[in-house]
Amino acid sequence: MLTIKDLQVRVEEKQILKGLNLSVNAGEVHAIMGPNGSGKSTLANILAGKDGYDVTGGAVEYEGRDLFELSPEERAREGIFLAFQYPVEIPGVNNIYLLKAALNAIRAHRGQPPLDAVEFLQVVRQRMQLVKMDESLLNRSVNEGFSGGEKKRNEIFQMAVLEPRLAILDETDSGLDIDALKTVAEGVNTLRAESRAIVLVTHYQRLLNYIAPDYVHVLSDGKIIRSGDRGLAVELEEKGYDWVRQGAKAA
Amino acid sequence: MTDETAKVEELVHKEYEHGFVTDIDTDTVAPGLNEDVIALISAKKEEPEWLLEWRLDAFRHWTRMTEPGWAHVHYPTIDYQAISYYSAPKAKEDGPKSLDEVDPKLLETYEKLGIPLHEQKMLAGVAVDAVFDSVSVATTFKEKLADAGVVFCSFSEAVQNHPDLVREYLGSVVPVADNYYAALNSAVFTDGSFCFIPKNTRCPMELSTYFRINAANTGQFERTLIVAEEGSYVSYLEGCTAPMRDENQLHAAVVELVALDNAEIKYSTVQNWYPGDENGVGGIYNFVTKRGDCRGAGSRISWTQVETGSAITWKYPSCILRGDNSSGEFYSVAVTNNYQQADTGTKMIHLGKNTRSTIISKGISAGKAQNAYRGLVKISKNADNARNYTQCDSLLMGDTCGAHTFPYIETGNAGAIVEHEATTSKISDDQLFYCRQRGIDEEDAVNMIVNGFCKDVFKELPMEFAVEAQKLLNITLEGAVG
Repeated sequence: MLTIKDLQVRVEEKQILKGLNLSVNAGEVHAIMGPNGSGKSTLANILAGKDGYDVTGGAVEYEGRDLFELSPEERAREGIFLAFQYPVEIPGVNNIYLLKAALNAIRAHRGQPPLDAVEFLQVVRQRMQLVKMDESLLNRSVNEGFSGGEKKRNEIFQMAVLEPRLAILDETDSGLDIDALKTVAEGVNTLRAESRAIVLVTHYQRLLNYIAPDYVHVLSDGKIIRSGDRGLAVELEEKGYDWVRQGAKAA
Repeated sequence: MTDETAKVEELVHKEYEHGFVTDIDTDTVAPGLNEDVIALISAKKEEPEWLLEWRLDAFRHWTRMTEPGWAHVHYPTIDYQAISYYSAPKAKEDGPKSLDEVDPKLLETYEKLGIPLHEQKMLAGVAVDAVFDSVSVATTFKEKLADAGVVFCSFSEAVQNHPDLVREYLGSVVPVADNYYAALNSAVFTDGSFCFIPKNTRCPMELSTYFRINAANTGQFERTLIVAEEGSYVSYLEGCTAPMRDENQLHAAVVELVALDNAEIKYSTVQNWYPGDENGVGGIYNFVTKRGDCRGAGSRISWTQVETGSAITWKYPSCILRGDNSSGEFYSVAVTNNYQQADTGTKMIHLGKNTRSTIISKGISAGKAQNAYRGLVKISKNADNARNYTQCDSLLMGDTCGAHTFPYIETGNAGAIVEHEATTSKISDDQLFYCRQRGIDEEDAVNMIVNGFCKDVFKELPMEFAVEAQKLLNITLEGAVG
């Protein structure tokens, strides 16, 4: 589904990704772990198509197409979803209104007719339960006045409604207390599917206690320096990032 | 120049949707202004002597006045002698008695503007007093209104049929010598709307007037007078479009509202006059005096405006809170793009006790436009317990436009509570990216964010007007991503 080859990315003269390789297939859950500044969020943002990043080398293929030829909205309509680390507030724009516009844009892209208000509300009500989202949040302005936990829940709720093929979760665990973390993780687990790939970007291992990844990759200084199964995350938690880094240098 | 700016430059190409000229013979008076022209206008309209005197009085004041220069707008000097002060579609015999008698081309024009009069008559439940250039050509729903005792007609008709009412209230809110443009309007106004709601009557429908400027080089001087008697209620809608022009067109309207004890007037405007092209050529100069007098105790006047058009807007819909416990409201969205300039706001003059006023102003600037809010809140000595709340927000799109706020507060009563909040923000890249990441294209995302910004004002508009306002906003800002 997603093939990243030797990806090199620069932000304002600073090289952030220095030859990253990653391959993700449908049905898989990958965790990308790494210390602050390792390039995790850069990877998430560049896959989603955010401005301000210069690709200086390498290639990304998504579903057989050159990802960089697609605009952010085209990527979204093709099934790429980014759960933001810091979801932005949009005053005056109804949360559910944005979501309906998004869903119908994606449906139009697939040649499906738009959902009317009643059909849409049915989908919404059903998916809200996945993340135990409070109904009052539906009609509030997008993320405005939401607590940290509510914002993250809202992201996963959007994911549930939009049903992406490739979901990238950027530090979804940050700022969540343990209960919220469990709820969000349960939501994500429900959304695991044969046809869907999920990439979890996280600093800490604790999210992986609740969402068991198929693969764990350690990102350090712009490269994936080690890949393994879930056991790698546990080991990492015990020994710290320095352990992998030293291991990588020695190798 | 950043990529983003270049994109804005490239995308800000929005041709005026209503840019067409209707080919209709106009009966136009030669350019120039003097007492003879005023006498001619008055004679053409078969006005009573007192009204001619009133006009001449206004004209004499006007000749001694100078054009105000304090607004944050710039434009070449207007040659008032180069303007023609009267123009009317040619009538065959008398005026048309029904829509069937209206020039089909004129009806076609309204169709293009999306105002199917004949359908509206049956469907919309909205009475339309359509003003084409300066003379009303069609009015609908007269019967239903008449049953309720409501008078809604062109100003000319009111002068003929309700002279006492006109004489009692005309100029009682905006005196002839009030300001330069109001004096000019008083001298030369040709038509407009008149509305009278009798005691304890709730007007059975929303009243609506569509204005349209057409003939070249013709000033447009509308006069609107709305009187709501004790305990009555009326909601009045005013919407405007104009055809494309290269020369600047002057528009100097006067609107007077009078609310007696416990009466309520809700006045909503969507203004979409031709703003000029992307180089700032052409466009309407809109110098309007709008004022409401909460004359009676417990009366209420609210102004809601969505201003997307005109090259220059100079407009301060105001409330005089004379009656005790009266309240005034002003909700405004002013959008400027390309080279548009707007200096708009309100005045809330608190004279009575326990008077309240609310001001919500949303200014949006894009392109090279300048957008200023100018507001006065004045609490007089006797206005015990007066309260005002003002919120003024500006949204900038791109980095070549400007937003300015000029709040004036004069308090003569120590017990008054006056609050003022102001913010200036830009549509952030993060907001845009968030929407796009969800599959929404850039244009729609901008519209969504801007409409969100304006929500507090749009919710004050009647439903169908709110929809129109959102559409206009989207059209005005098309491509103006920053």
